[in-house]
Amino acid sequence: MVKDLSVNLCGLQLQNPVIPASGTFGFGEELSGNLDLNVLGGISLKGTTREARYGNPTPRIADCESGMINSVGLQNPGIDVLVNEKVPALRKLYNGCVIANISGFSVDEYRECCTKADGCEGIDWIEVNVSCPNVHGGGLAFGTSARAAAEVTAAVKAVCKKPVFIKLSPNVTDIVEIARACEEAGADGLTLVNTFLGMRIDIARRRPVLANKMGGFSGAAIFPIALRMVYQVAHACKIPVMGCGGVTSARNVIEMMMAGASAVQVGAENIRNPFACPEIIAELPSVMEELHIDALKDIIGTV
Amino acid sequence: MNKELYRIVENKLVATDTYKLVLAGNGNVDGEFVHIDIPGYYLRRPFSICDADEGSLTLLFKTVGEGTKALAALPVGTSLNVLTGLGKGFDADACRKEALLVGGGLGAAPLYPLAKILKNQGKSLTVVLGFNKKEEIVLEEEFRTLCNSFYFTTLDGSAGIKGFVTDALKLLQPEFDYFYTCGPMVMMKAVCELLKGPGEASLEERMGCGAGFCYGCSIQTKNGPRRVCKDGPVFNKEELLW
Repeated sequence: MVKDLSVNLCGLQLQNPVIPASGTFGFGEELSGNLDLNVLGGISLKGTTREARYGNPTPRIADCESGMINSVGLQNPGIDVLVNEKVPALRKLYNGCVIANISGFSVDEYRECCTKADGCEGIDWIEVNVSCPNVHGGGLAFGTSARAAAEVTAAVKAVCKKPVFIKLSPNVTDIVEIARACEEAGADGLTLVNTFLGMRIDIARRRPVLANKMGGFSGAAIFPIALRMVYQVAHACKIPVMGCGGVTSARNVIEMMMAGASAVQVGAENIRNPFACPEIIAELPSVMEELHIDALKDIIGTV
Repeated sequence: MNKELYRIVENKLVATDTYKLVLAGNGNVDGEFVHIDIPGYYLRRPFSICDADEGSLTLLFKTVGEGTKALAALPVGTSLNVLTGLGKGFDADACRKEALLVGGGLGAAPLYPLAKILKNQGKSLTVVLGFNKKEEIVLEEEFRTLCNSFYFTTLDGSAGIKGFVTDALKLLQPEFDYFYTCGPMVMMKAVCELLKGPGEASLEERMGCGAGFCYGCSIQTKNGPRRVCKDGPVFNKEELLW
């Protein structure tokens, strides 16, 4: 029997739930020569700010046991280049769901960038990043307080007609409280989780591996924690959740969906294997067969 | 970029902490480096291609950390998952007729395939390689057979000219219309400042994806941010801010 991989979120049907996570897939076009983008359920583009940013000094990458730490620091060409160049270029190559990921250092900046993303024809959804651990005075500061996260959500929702997902940080005491605050402020969906704040030390040189000292830890090691948070939030909120964190296989995708995710983002795994998303999508039907699942949408939140 | 399987056919110590790794598989690959999935480590490790023929790739690497130590311990016959076709290499066509190649340590490795191309193009080659000590010298015979003039330096004076490659360059004053350099950043900076002519340098940086989409290895250049893995690793000396 042909397996149904499709999912529906916020009025849009995705051919499958697998979406490369923001920051692990560039602006899509970087990979277009190497894999067929059109097999992907969606693409979450690299985090974008009002102004172009170089980001943090190198080294920005540290290897870990079953994961990695990055401190890229939101390197991006700015919102105008995103909507005028990056998205139109991607649209020539890709027909699926395009998600703009927006970061900011003030409520005004979030509002201004989201207004521009909302007005860009090629963008389907807006994902608001209130959880970047790699920039000071912005990003994460909005994602660790329910009040601030709700304020950004309301400001952005006031200027957007397109569905708005808020991408949450796991670096909080109670993620459910923040998720609920975003839902009450009008969010159409939630993405969770972003990276965990982490650190490595080069013990021979006696100094941090990363130039920025700390960074965001991601990869297979965080999967159980991300899954737990998706489970908690999906059961506490009515809006759809995109589950993210340590997903490396079709089995992980199914597990995330059983926990309550309506779609699943793959992050660090793309960095160790650029072909991870197409491989996971290709693997899904046989795992579904083994587990007697006919339609993926049937398993969402069933645990 | 391709993901391919290779089999280790040789993995042996050839100089102090330096291994020669020969991988059987597709040798007809583009690009400057390969990105190897070392069993037990999360991120891949990038290595310059030192030599290739139809059925194999040869790499030289130094055991500088846990990942490279684990790679050095892998026995012949081990299968490795390798990304190939990565990075923008040296531009052999930028040299009209006299090339100068300056390597430091394992920076000699990516200069070797360049030297073969330049030689095939009928250009004259002067090569200066620098090492800390005699026991670290690699590729001496390989370069000697290709070059019109070949020199090497050691910091401790145990072989060749004593001192840095820049000391040798000042002494020798080689004729060239274009230079190519690869080695430690401080060495390449000194070489680019010393040599007045045009040239290019191959950089090294900690990498994530190795294919230009994670932006983990971006450096600032005179032309804005550039990814070492994709826009480089070879950059024109005029672009670099050091």
